[in-house]
Amino acid sequence: MGNEYRIALAGNPNTGKSTLFNALTGLRQHTGNWAGKTVSLAQGSVQFKDKVFQLIDLPGTYSLFSNSTDEEVARNYIVFEKPDVTIVVLDATSLERNFNLALQVLEMTTNVIICINLIDVAEEQGININERLLTNRLGVPVIKISARNKKGFPMLLDTIDRIVTGAIECHPVQMFYPDEIEAKIMKIEPKVREIVGDHLSSRWVTLRLLDGDEALLNEISKRLVPEEV
Amino acid sequence: MRIEELFAEAQELSTSKLRDDIVQHLYDRSHKLCGEGITYTKSKRDTRTEKLDEIFTSPIFGFPIMIIMLGVLFYLTIAGANVPSSMIAEFFGFLEGYITAFFAFIHAPDWLHGILVLGLYRGTTWVISVMLPPMAIFFPSFALLENYGYLPRVAFNMDRLFKRVGAHGKQSLTMAMGFGCNAAAVISTRIIESPRERMLAILTNNFVPCNGRWGTLIVLASLFMAANFTGGLKSLVTTGVIVGIVLFGIIVTFFVSWALSKTLLKGIPTHYTLELPPYRKPKIFDTVIRSSITKSWSVLVRAVKVAAPAAILTWVFANLYIGDTSILMYAVEFLDPFGKLLGLDGYIMLAFILGLPANEIVLPILLMGYLSTGSLTEVDNLVDLKQIFLNHGWTWLTALNMMLFSLLHYPCGTTLLNIYKETKSMKWTFLAFLIPTVIAILVPLIITQTVRYFGLL
Repeated sequence: MGNEYRIALAGNPNTGKSTLFNALTGLRQHTGNWAGKTVSLAQGSVQFKDKVFQLIDLPGTYSLFSNSTDEEVARNYIVFEKPDVTIVVLDATSLERNFNLALQVLEMTTNVIICINLIDVAEEQGININERLLTNRLGVPVIKISARNKKGFPMLLDTIDRIVTGAIECHPVQMFYPDEIEAKIMKIEPKVREIVGDHLSSRWVTLRLLDGDEALLNEISKRLVPEEV
Repeated sequence: MRIEELFAEAQELSTSKLRDDIVQHLYDRSHKLCGEGITYTKSKRDTRTEKLDEIFTSPIFGFPIMIIMLGVLFYLTIAGANVPSSMIAEFFGFLEGYITAFFAFIHAPDWLHGILVLGLYRGTTWVISVMLPPMAIFFPSFALLENYGYLPRVAFNMDRLFKRVGAHGKQSLTMAMGFGCNAAAVISTRIIESPRERMLAILTNNFVPCNGRWGTLIVLASLFMAANFTGGLKSLVTTGVIVGIVLFGIIVTFFVSWALSKTLLKGIPTHYTLELPPYRKPKIFDTVIRSSITKSWSVLVRAVKVAAPAAILTWVFANLYIGDTSILMYAVEFLDPFGKLLGLDGYIMLAFILGLPANEIVLPILLMGYLSTGSLTEVDNLVDLKQIFLNHGWTWLTALNMMLFSLLHYPCGTTLLNIYKETKSMKWTFLAFLIPTVIAILVPLIITQTVRYFGLL
């Protein structure tokens, strides 16, 4: 199965994430218009060139701080199951709020595509998005699509393809926090790296430890301990 | 060094406002990104959504509109399902003639014909003809409302009421899911962050009638409550009764939520933000096709899967004799005194017990029981059906009690299983069984005894 890749879809609720999923996979799956509609992980596959992309529809969430089961499911998938590419679907008409989640994902994993959906609605409302500039600022591909009208799909699939073949390298922008927090990160991070190694982003785990994320702590000791022994 | 020790060390360094700082920083960053990457050429805001919200979430019109929407949805379902239902039933009856002829032709033994045709075939086709048409109308209409963006407004309207009883506003969303399937709705409670409020939503979800109980409710309401009306008016009265039953279920939900949050699940409701997404015109064709295929079909397959074995089992029970009484009759006679107390009877109690795997099969099992041969006679029209009930001493009170019992009683097997999976607790799963059961016994008991006391019947 050398040509099969797992692609996770993350995004806020109501961004058309499930619409994109259905449109790409053709899988008959119901889409909802409220928070957290996708409760179990739906999967479907897309053929592209010589490859098969296994799409995984993660629950729609506003953040990945593991406040709810949904957030935990989405977060654990991205961090521990390590999909080959994580697509973050954003609503073009409320980008400011949506970018939050995207920034959180960028802290967690490397191969990310920012997929700005509902671009047709945004254009109607006179919202112009400079995706080149955003790509530069974020260090990962930013693509505009309209899942309803199936616009921008070739570009999206081609970008996935080029990431998994290594033609595009993602260098997600590093978030720098106020000095006070950075100092704390510096103290803890080397020790975190000793434990998690290259399995997880040590900087991200450090932040979560500082944040007091016990759910993640349990998850790490459950999943990483066997290799430590 | 172990990760737990590291966690403790990190916690010492951490301050309580660290999370706020992180989130604030993310917001600042998002704001900056948007400032650079987005330009606006029009200042026109999306005012249509705001105008609609003024109506749909208004303190005055919000609730009436909700109830009217619910009523219209049920009316469409009930009125629209009548004709196709009887057409499908006739078609299956027509097929059965040939199947029976075939069995006679190959000289199949009577018992084989009994199990396969009178038990299996009639049981499952009955479920299909009663269930399929309402589902094929209800699910797509509901999905359209949902995709248009109306459901979050329902949550918004209901929020105040839920808060008052100590529950979470999003519970109205999981309740809405319950109209389709309680088992799925139990999983959907994951959208509620607080474990306490999530448990409330899980424990009370069953008071929303799922599609498996629709058939029972619709048939009984139209046979006994709307008996003196004809044509369009009949559907209207049936709808009224169903809306009443659903509203009663909602009242019970509030009551149980309130009682639990004052006792076992003490606490005050947490704050949360509910997003009211803009109203978007759904892709009507896609929505209809998708919801008919996925929902109706999968629910139907499940119904048939459960109905088939239950139909065979019931037939066998009804035709296996110990002495001169069938096993079925022993059970019925045992349950009868208790059933009578609730204004029901032994057959009805047995049907609900055998119906634990799925609510869809309660009514078919009941009918098989009544037709003591253990098989359904060809019930081509509802008049025949009513006669069967009347022959067993049914009155409007029996029908009302059975509808209430169906609305309030323990969740089906699948739902209980999901509750266990989601809560990982035998105690809560047992409570999810016990609470509805006690209420389902008390309500008909009180109604029946009151009616008898005042000699209303």
